[in-house]
Amino acid sequence: MTEIMIKDVDFGYSEDHIVLHNINLEINEPGLYCIIGPNGVGKSTMVKCVSKIVTPLKGQVLLDGEDVAQMKHKEVAKKVGFVPAFSQDAFSMSVINTILIGRYNHQKWGSREKDLEMVYKTMKLLHIENLGMRNYNALSAGQHQKVSIARGLVQEPAVLILDEPTANLDVKYQVYVMEMLRAIAIERQMVIMTICHDLNITSKYAHKVIMLARPGKIHAVGTPEEVLTEENIRDVYGINCRVFTDDETNKPYIILGSAIMGMAEDY
Amino acid sequence: MIEEDRILSSDVVNSVKEWSSQPVGDSQYSETVDVYNRSIRMKFIFIAACLLVILVVVSYAVTVGAVNIGFFEVYQIIIDHLTGNITSDYDHIVFNMRLPRVVAGIIAGAGLAICGVIMQSVLKNPLADPYTTGVSSGASFGATMAMTLGLAAFAGDGSVVILAFVFSLVPTVIIAMMSKFANASPTTVVMAGIGVMYLFNALTTVMMLWANSSDLNRIFYWQTGSLALIDGWESLPVMFGVVLVGLIISMILSGKLNVLATGDDSAKALGINADRMRIFTLVLTGVVSAAIVSYTGLIGFVGLVTPHIVRMFIGADNRYLIPASAIFGAALMIIADVIGRVVIYPSALPVGVVMSFIGGPFFLWMILRRNSNAW
Repeated sequence: MTEIMIKDVDFGYSEDHIVLHNINLEINEPGLYCIIGPNGVGKSTMVKCVSKIVTPLKGQVLLDGEDVAQMKHKEVAKKVGFVPAFSQDAFSMSVINTILIGRYNHQKWGSREKDLEMVYKTMKLLHIENLGMRNYNALSAGQHQKVSIARGLVQEPAVLILDEPTANLDVKYQVYVMEMLRAIAIERQMVIMTICHDLNITSKYAHKVIMLARPGKIHAVGTPEEVLTEENIRDVYGINCRVFTDDETNKPYIILGSAIMGMAEDY
Repeated sequence: MIEEDRILSSDVVNSVKEWSSQPVGDSQYSETVDVYNRSIRMKFIFIAACLLVILVVVSYAVTVGAVNIGFFEVYQIIIDHLTGNITSDYDHIVFNMRLPRVVAGIIAGAGLAICGVIMQSVLKNPLADPYTTGVSSGASFGATMAMTLGLAAFAGDGSVVILAFVFSLVPTVIIAMMSKFANASPTTVVMAGIGVMYLFNALTTVMMLWANSSDLNRIFYWQTGSLALIDGWESLPVMFGVVLVGLIISMILSGKLNVLATGDDSAKALGINADRMRIFTLVLTGVVSAAIVSYTGLIGFVGLVTPHIVRMFIGADNRYLIPASAIFGAALMIIADVIGRVVIYPSALPVGVVMSFIGGPFFLWMILRRNSNAW
């Protein structure tokens, strides 16, 4: 597995517009890491720093001790896979070809058979094996999402980051995808980071929860039981809630109450 | 280990274990591979069909003219010439008068088509072509300048080509420089291209206000673009060299272009420096299209529409789209040129006009027939 260390990271689009403040985070064991927090708090930006899509103003991101800033995009890509929140290609290819793009860094002469096999198995895992020859742009939002997830999985990176992988999925597949990601993290002993909005799904499937609060800082990191407390949820999201423990899973179970309007951080 | 996790259901555990273990044993897999391989064979068949069309049309194009030369005679004369065994009286007509124009058509059609494919792909814009990126407007300004300032009369037609080439590179240079300060996102580049285009068009108009009527005639003719501007083999080596190098580089980059087409974020995450790649390919296509329009004048349409038509047949995979568009563009160009020379014989329509007349309605029909938003 690959260790991730984020040290004193500030990120902003200019000195006056800082999005992330002094982020420190260490990930040194495999599992499913869910990143939660309100809109515009810098969740996507934080994971984009890890995959070198954006570069921090200050601080370092280390992968196995190596500074991402010193690594080439290609070297980062071998360790970290990234599935963006939304992708619509202007001119799209078939689903198989779209997923095959994820094998870009694996492709060598004569590897085509193996790549196709990996693509097929992953389509089957996501139950889209019948869409293989369909045009990507002709698919529904949920199908897009599954194709994007498949494209991330076929990369077989040590660290896989997914930006809101369940955003367009129906309830069944929200649960299935998160459960699948947890299973893959265990089976492959890899780090999977996802950005999530559903607290109960996060609670049930995350090994660790990373909670971000305004204005772009880490509020809490830990197991779901440690992070998903009534107090944290009220402070970070500005919403009243009651948290119970589910008898079956022993995980926190959250019932949302009323939104607290007029907090200083509302905008 | 995975079985010990209390949260996971056995369905998911089994699916993931099956995914993670190596072989796939179901019949649907081999079926999927078959269908996939068949789709690739179809792409090759399309390319082969276009090549065949070129082969037939080249010969027909050479038969058109005041002197009657037979269809098969053309091949005979070409083969004889290439083997150094010149027997026909028409050798000079075929080889020095008619063939250069046809070969120029092939080179220009292929070159403009690949420029269109790459520009549309890296800018994620179905309207991108040498016009929207400003290349044509720069070339037009350069050529107009050469003609109105009398350089053409003074220093020969070469000055038109040289000035057109130099100024056609200006928009690309401006876009590349701007991207250093702003960013090189598709929208920025397209907007910058349009801005530069308007600027150059205004400058061209000002120069035309000063021009006398015979210059205006030449300028107008140049701006419509015509393969008749090619006289003899002398104009071809530069154009051929640039297009060939452009084609080779774009074929090498075609896999990367596919990755870039999935979006900047995912391209960066797959190890491609999206901004640098976009600027590099724009400079490449800028040079290739500049080298073509400097010789032929502004031939529109082929760069814009060829990629769309070919995409409808074989899809958007750049590894196949680039060579297929090159060949299709070449075929389209010589067919349009032949029609332009035949349809109001002995007078002739410029190739760009013919292409728009045939291609426009055909393109509309293809869009209607397609009836979906997926290219």
